[in-house]
Amino acid sequence: MNTMMGLINLEHEHDFLEELTYFRCGAAAPFAGRYRLIDFTLSNMVKSGIEEVAVFTNHKYRSLMDHVGTGADWELARRHGGLFILPPDWNDPTDISRGDLRHFHNNRDYFHRSKADHVLISGSQFIANTSLDEAFSHHLHTDADVTLITVEVDEQLPEHMSQLRVEKGEDGKVLALTNDQTNGTLFTNVYIIKKEVLLRLVDQCIAFHKDHFFFHGVKENMDDLHMTSWNYDGFSLFVNSVESFYRHNINLLDPDAYQRLFFDNEYVRTKISNEPPVKYRTTADVKDTLLANGCVIDGSVENSVLFRGVKVKKGAVVKNSIIMQRCTIEDGVHLENVVLDKDVSISGGQTFIGSSEKPFVVAKRKTI
Amino acid sequence: MKKRCVGMLLAGGEGKRLGLLTKNLAKPAVPFGGKYRIIDFTLSNCSNSGIYTVGVLTQYSPLELNKHIGIGKPWDLDRQSDGVTILSPYTAKEGGSWYQGTADAIYRNIHYIDQYDPEYVLVISGDHIYQMDYDAMIRHHEEKASDATISVIEVPWEEAPRFGILNTKDNLEIYEFDEKPAEPKSNLASMGIYVFNWRTLREYLLEDAAKSDSDHDFGKDVIPAMLNDEKRLYAYRYEGYWKDVGTIQSYWEANMDLLEEDLSVSLNNKSWRTYSQDTNFPPQFIDSAAEVENSLINSGSWISGTVKNSILFECIHVGRSSHVNESILHPHVKVGSGCEITRAIIMENVVIPDGTVIDGTTEPEPVVIDSAYIAQLT
Repeated sequence: MNTMMGLINLEHEHDFLEELTYFRCGAAAPFAGRYRLIDFTLSNMVKSGIEEVAVFTNHKYRSLMDHVGTGADWELARRHGGLFILPPDWNDPTDISRGDLRHFHNNRDYFHRSKADHVLISGSQFIANTSLDEAFSHHLHTDADVTLITVEVDEQLPEHMSQLRVEKGEDGKVLALTNDQTNGTLFTNVYIIKKEVLLRLVDQCIAFHKDHFFFHGVKENMDDLHMTSWNYDGFSLFVNSVESFYRHNINLLDPDAYQRLFFDNEYVRTKISNEPPVKYRTTADVKDTLLANGCVIDGSVENSVLFRGVKVKKGAVVKNSIIMQRCTIEDGVHLENVVLDKDVSISGGQTFIGSSEKPFVVAKRKTI
Repeated sequence: MKKRCVGMLLAGGEGKRLGLLTKNLAKPAVPFGGKYRIIDFTLSNCSNSGIYTVGVLTQYSPLELNKHIGIGKPWDLDRQSDGVTILSPYTAKEGGSWYQGTADAIYRNIHYIDQYDPEYVLVISGDHIYQMDYDAMIRHHEEKASDATISVIEVPWEEAPRFGILNTKDNLEIYEFDEKPAEPKSNLASMGIYVFNWRTLREYLLEDAAKSDSDHDFGKDVIPAMLNDEKRLYAYRYEGYWKDVGTIQSYWEANMDLLEEDLSVSLNNKSWRTYSQDTNFPPQFIDSAAEVENSLINSGSWISGTVKNSILFECIHVGRSSHVNESILHPHVKVGSGCEITRAIIMENVVIPDGTVIDGTTEPEPVVIDSAYIAQLT
C-alpha cells in the first residue's frame, strides 16, 4: 500500500548531553518546557498519517520507555500497529549483522508484517513541527527509492557541522552527499525509503559485514538508487550538544520562534501529566519565560524555561536558565546560565552562574 | 462481580442560577479552576477513595459532559469489569421518562447497581468543590452500623436557614431533617453526600416510586421516610473546604479561593490529586511586557499584559497594555491590547477587541461575557 511506516533509529546517536544523558539516551532528553526530544519526531510521524512506529534503541532506554508508555498520548496505542520499542534482543545464533544492521536483521518481522510499502526513518535530533505528507507525495510522484528531507540554512551553526550536505539537481534529484561546510543544504537524517529497497539493502549490508545502514546501505549505493530530496522550509533546529541544547531552549523565548514551532501547525504531542495550572503568587515576577504546568512561582524568573512542577521560592532569582521537572529553588538562591536536571533542589542563599557557551549543569536528583 | 460500594454521581442538573454558564452544558461540566470541570472534583474523590464503580447520571445538555468523562481514563476509571458508566434517562417496554428527582434517578438504575450486588451505595452530586475521602465516611457508616449516613458540614448559624439542616443527638444519630429551617436547631448542614446500605435503600426506592405524591427526592422524601421508620441514620462530620457553586457569585468565589494558600482544596496536593482531561498545548509564555501576580494560568497561554488575581484556562491570549483583574477566562479567550477587564467571567472562545473595558465591580455578581455581548458592543 502507498502508506508509510515509521522508524526512529537511535542506534548511532551519541549521549551528547553530558550530565543530562548519564542516565537517559539523547532522545529522552527534556526540551522546551514539557517535551522530550523524541516527541517532535513521533508527533511528526503521527501527523504524517503513520500508524506504526518502531524505535531502535540500544542503551539507557528506561526513561524513554517510561515517557512513551503504550504510545497512547500519540494515538499510537492501537490494536493493529502502534508503537514498538525495540531494544537489543539478539537471539539468532546465525546472526552475523553489526551496528544498526543488527536491529534491522532481528526486527525484520516488523517490516514484513506491515502493509505499508514505504518507511519514514528518522533520528531524534532534528526538531520541527510538521507533517511530511508533501515529502511523501513527492516521493511517490517521482517514484523515488529514497527521498531525503533537507533544510536550507543561512548561517552555519556548530550543530550543523556533523550534518551531511546535499547537492541537488533538477526536481530535487540528489547528485551528491558531501561534508562541504559551505553548502547550506543540510540532510536532516530524516528520509523516506521504499520498504523493498530497504530490505534488499539490509541484506546486502549484512552480507558485506557493514555496520551503518545509511552510510553503507544508502550512501554507498547512491549510483544505483533513484534518490531525490524534499526541502522543509518551516521552522526547524538541530540539537546535538549541550551548547545547542541550551541555546535552542533559550531561543524559544523569541516570540517568533515560539509561535512558529508550536502554533504554525497542530500541537506537538507529549506524555500527558495532569499537573495543575501554574500558580503565580503575589511576590512572583516573571518575564520572558516558558513555563509548564505544575509550577509554583514566588520568586523572580527571567529569560528561562521551566519544566513541570518547578518551585521557585520567595526571593529566589532565576535568569537565562533551564530548570527541569520538579526542581525546587529555595529562598534567596541566584541562578544564571544554569541547567538543572530533574528533581534537583538548591537550598537557600546560594549563587550559581555559568556562561551561555558553557552553562552550569547539575545532574538529576542532586541536592545542593 | 460483587463490589463493596457503588458510587452514584448525580450530574443531570441544569444549574439555572449559573445563567449563561450553563446555557449549553450541564452544571457539572462548567469549567473550573483554570483546567478542570466541576465534576472533576467528585470523580477524583471517587478514584482517590478507591471507589472504582461509578455511575454518572446525566440528563440536562449532556454532550460536553459525556465527552469530558469519556471512558474515565484520567480518573483511572477505565476498567474491565466496572469503571465509569454514563447512565442517561431511557425508554423501555413500559415507556420512559426523564429522571423526576434524585431518588427517581437512582430508582431507574437499580438494575445497574444490582449487577454489582454491593453492600453500600454512595450517592454524591457533581456540583460541589471539595476533596473528601469517601472511604473514611463508609468506615464511619460501618462503625455506627447505620442504614444511612449523611455527610454534614458546620455552617455559620446565620447561614443555616439556607441549608438542609440535620438535627442530631450527641452521638451524631440523626433524629430530624429540617429543610431550610427559619429557626435552626443545629448548624450541621447536609452536603448531599449519602452512604446507604443498598438493601435498605432499594426497598425505600421501590416504595417511594410507588407513591404518586412524592417528589422522588432524597432530602424531601427518602430520608424523612427512613427517619419516620426509625432507621439508623447518622451524620458524618466533614471538616475542610466545601463549596456549592450554585450561583455566579459562589462560582467566582470558589475559583478565587484557589488563589488562597490555606485552603484544604489544594490542586498541588500530591496525595489527593484532582484529575482532568489533559491537553497537549505548549508551555505558557510570559513575555517581556507581561506582569503576572496571584493567578493561575494554564498551558498554551501567551501573556503580554498584566494579569492579577485571576484564573486563566488553556490557550488564553492577553495583549499588550491590557489589564485582567479578579476575572476568570475560559479556554481560548483572546483579549486584545489596551483592554481593562475586572471581575468578569469570559466564556470559551470569546474574542475581546482592543480597548474594550469590562467592569463587573458595580454589579451585584461578576459579569458573564459571551460573544453575543461582545457583538452588541461594536
